[in-house]
Amino acid sequence: MSPARLTVPKTYKLYIGGKFPRSESGRVYEVTSRKGTFMANVAKASRKDARDAVLAARAAVSGWSGATGYNRGQVLYRIAELLDGRRAQFSAEIARAEGVSAAAADAQVDEAIDLWVWYAGWADKYVQVAGNANPVSGPFFNLSTPEPTGVVAVVAPQGAGQGSGSLLGFVRAVAPALVSGNTAVVIPNEQAPLSALSLAEVLATSDVPAGVVNILSGSAAEIAPWLAGHADVNAVDLLGAGELEWVDLQIAAAETLKRVSPPESGPDAGAPSVERITFFTETKTVWHTKGLL
Amino acid sequence: MTFLEYAPAPESTAILDLKSEYGLFINGGFQPGNGEAFQTISPATEQQISTVSCADEADVDTAVAAARKAYEKTWSKMSGADRGKYLFRIARLVQERSRELAVAESLDNGKPIKESRDADIPLVAAWFFYYAGWADKLDYAGLGSAPRSLGVAAQVIPWNFPLLMLSWKIAPALAAGNTVVLKPAETTPLTALLFAEILQQAELPDGVVNIITGAGATGSALVNHPDVDKVAFTGSTAVGREIARSTAGTAKKLTLELGGKGANIVFDDAPIDQAIEGIVNGIFFNQGQVCCAGSRLLVQESVHDEVVDRLKQRLSTLRVGDPLDKNTDIGAINSATQLGRMRELSDIGEAEGADKWSADCVLPDEGFWFPPTIFTNVSTSHRIARDEIFGPVLSVLTFRTPDEAIAKANNTPYGLSAGIWTDKGSRILAVADKLRAGVVWANTFNKFDPASPFGGYKESGYGREGGRHGLTAYLAPAKTAATSTRPAVKGSSK
Amino acid sequence: MDITAASGTAIAPAARAVEVIGTDLTERSLRRYLEGIAGVDAVGLEARAAGLGTRSIKKESKAWALDKVISLIDLTTLEGADTPGKVRSLAAKAKVPDANDLSTPQVAAVCVYGDMVPYAVTALGAAHAGARSDGGGVNVAAVATAFPSGRASRSVKLADTVDAVAAGADEIDMVIDRGAFLSGRYGQVFDEIVAVKEACKRVDGSYAHLKVILETGELSTYDNVRRASWLAILAGGDFIKTSTGKVSPAATLPVTLSMLEVVRDWHRLTGEQVGVKPAGGIRTSKDAIKYLVTVAETVGEEWLQPHLFRFGASSLLNDVLLQRQKLATGHYSGSSYVTID
Repeated sequence: MSPARLTVPKTYKLYIGGKFPRSESGRVYEVTSRKGTFMANVAKASRKDARDAVLAARAAVSGWSGATGYNRGQVLYRIAELLDGRRAQFSAEIARAEGVSAAAADAQVDEAIDLWVWYAGWADKYVQVAGNANPVSGPFFNLSTPEPTGVVAVVAPQGAGQGSGSLLGFVRAVAPALVSGNTAVVIPNEQAPLSALSLAEVLATSDVPAGVVNILSGSAAEIAPWLAGHADVNAVDLLGAGELEWVDLQIAAAETLKRVSPPESGPDAGAPSVERITFFTETKTVWHTKGLL
Repeated sequence: MTFLEYAPAPESTAILDLKSEYGLFINGGFQPGNGEAFQTISPATEQQISTVSCADEADVDTAVAAARKAYEKTWSKMSGADRGKYLFRIARLVQERSRELAVAESLDNGKPIKESRDADIPLVAAWFFYYAGWADKLDYAGLGSAPRSLGVAAQVIPWNFPLLMLSWKIAPALAAGNTVVLKPAETTPLTALLFAEILQQAELPDGVVNIITGAGATGSALVNHPDVDKVAFTGSTAVGREIARSTAGTAKKLTLELGGKGANIVFDDAPIDQAIEGIVNGIFFNQGQVCCAGSRLLVQESVHDEVVDRLKQRLSTLRVGDPLDKNTDIGAINSATQLGRMRELSDIGEAEGADKWSADCVLPDEGFWFPPTIFTNVSTSHRIARDEIFGPVLSVLTFRTPDEAIAKANNTPYGLSAGIWTDKGSRILAVADKLRAGVVWANTFNKFDPASPFGGYKESGYGREGGRHGLTAYLAPAKTAATSTRPAVKGSSK
Repeated sequence: MDITAASGTAIAPAARAVEVIGTDLTERSLRRYLEGIAGVDAVGLEARAAGLGTRSIKKESKAWALDKVISLIDLTTLEGADTPGKVRSLAAKAKVPDANDLSTPQVAAVCVYGDMVPYAVTALGAAHAGARSDGGGVNVAAVATAFPSGRASRSVKLADTVDAVAAGADEIDMVIDRGAFLSGRYGQVFDEIVAVKEACKRVDGSYAHLKVILETGELSTYDNVRRASWLAILAGGDFIKTSTGKVSPAATLPVTLSMLEVVRDWHRLTGEQVGVKPAGGIRTSKDAIKYLVTVAETVGEEWLQPHLFRFGASSLLNDVLLQRQKLATGHYSGSSYVTID
């Protein structure tokens, strides 16, 4: 047997506005495998990176939310397609990072892929489930429709080898917000960010428009307050913020009356549901006069 | 006297049988409060109407305990059908006593009797009637089968639509199976107290609804009470923000219906006469003391002069005065505090260079009054274009293209309401799509219906009141519901 | 003259239309003008009318309003069974509506078919406006132009008009050709109004007042009502009138409001005052007072004069008299205390 080929390791960077910048602060932090071996020096986002990410997310809102549900559904489905093609890569990365068996890592990737498929299918349906024609007492056509709330800051589930896993946790956190047309700024699993950053490569090469998902690896405790307090963020998903000072985050979010989804824990955290889609929507009710004459 | 002066046509107050003093309505009966009792006055005359108790923290405790007990022992165990029957009873009693309630509302709030008689009180009855029917149909609320009630709801309501806001809060809460402690606004407690008497006539079980009067401190004690499961608040964004902070980290489910700076967009092809009426209704209904008021008129430049001209002409026919006169269009401002704020912002508007025009009307000497007022030459940066004035003051801005109209309409931290006036159906739908507001009225304004969800985007709050959506604000999915909506996929289990 | 809908066909030069639309007065320019008028939202219009209907008119305002209503009535009989006797009876009532209360004002006019004009003129005698020089008195109005359908040739319609004017009619209530209007032949409708107006000319060069009946119940939509109102005014009508009374719905408050809005806009545009006459279906004082309110709050109180506002009615008068008696005596009156005419 010839000696093992020397591998070419990847530089894991942030994902902002469809690009992969290093942190403007120049900082990185060391990410190790579950066993403690070095895996990567991952970019450590700063508050200015958070600011840039919110800007990118805001700029992407009109295009993404303005796309048809059918279109968004296809784009999300495309993520599943590409992810499926890179199943082995993700599985290996997860197994090493989380210290789980290959089978468990495979299962996590598969579930993540299938979850994209599931949420993709909702894009052109959730409006029908959450909307309403309202029979008001008068000559009016009255329709209530859910619409995306805008920019959602997401703290993805944290902790290596816990919960549903770093990739599945990330997808559970992000996918439902995207279904309706929100854009997201996501803090991935701080200890196990690699699968999320690799997913960024999938997003970048799929049809997801730049800025729709922005990923800020680094210290969740450091970045989350900047996002929770950012006036141009419409909602905060504290799904994985249970170990942070999340009440303070919620208080910061109250300044501009952001919608705040509370932390969840355990393997069911962020379990797929229509409620996770509709939580990040606003119901708009439009009245039209009806007159024959 | 000219015909248009119309002889006085006052609604009689003989129908009212008010007590000189009202206690707190707790556990089915009235009891004195521990706080210092206060007067409620008529804002049109500044005359005292009655003395009202003030609930302190201990009273809040008692009221929440009564609601908790009623929830555990009675209301959560009652069938939906029976809960519904109580609500139907209440709806009927409101209808039967509607004139009395209308007179009391106009007396206490200052709003014209034609509004309390034709809008507020009929909607109160409609609200109870609508949610009554939901009580035994919760499986269809959209949360899966057998959704749960939340428990005790703490509800704090404003003074602008006192009894109507009470109905928006109590009807869905009870239909969903919750019990209630409600605090009416300090300046307008009267109809809530009459409503307590209605609850007695309806024989609603003790403690299911408790009504405690008081000022901000009472409200704060109520929403922050640890044994409260749901908080519903309608009022200012500042207070709403405070509540969002103070309930952070708790399991309390929160609905906030806050301020607004609604844009009323008039395109050059609008049905002009109806648009004028809609603008008038949008900002002068209830003296403009409406969170969803169309306080920013965005008018296409090409018709600006004509619209303003017609508007001024129309405003000249508005009749300002005695709220109890059936011909009054504009009543009294609710309180000296509110009047002060209107005057302050109006002065700022002038100081910032906008042109002020007020209808030429004689204002009574006593009471709190503000004439219908229009500011033209308003820029988006002016405070009168950004701050909620909450009074009969319209700021007129212009736009040139639909895109500009949308951009200006959305250029506010609020997002409660908007209006669109155009003859072109496709434009209505496209503009409505792009407006960031919870309620959009196309070729109409300020329409409310119990079947229609109401509530805001952004800093106008969250949650909806009205319709199926309003019901879900008082429900949670059954414990198992989360799993039932999960996809059946579980990886490709190897 | 046979006008077709062909675009560009010249139409009769009426002074108002020339002033507003321009000297290049063609079917096309007329159409463009009428189609450029802002639309009406039916829901909003009806809501506004309903709102005006909630005004509460009490005490001295009511007393004034009741007398005002009487003075604005075109007391009408338009039956195939009309006879000189019936018309004489009507004229007597017009002069002295309440024999028990001579302070009761006279009505504005009696309105009859053309062949009844001579009897009306005779019956009114000295009370006939045409017989007086003080501006007072009761007018004689005649429906003309193949009322109520208007389905006759132009020459018959004009002859009908000329006849009535010659017989002493002070006012002509013509009907527009609704068929032509609904099929978009605005020029034809326009020309006909201009021609009828010309036919209203008396030998001394003065004109009988021309009321143009739109028959709004057949026009169906408020947009049509508004367009037809503009058209009638542009063509020279002195009054626009809702209905013949032979088609249901006849006058409604929203329709009348929309016509008043046109009159108001015409006044804004030109300074000219045009009258409005709701006719048919207004039977109670309460309803009539709603119209007064609507007039006063839309075009101004100034319009509450016989040369600017009329009620086309027959049974309304007795209801007003009953209300008037109630105000005078303090107790309710009954149908035996007013005359059946």
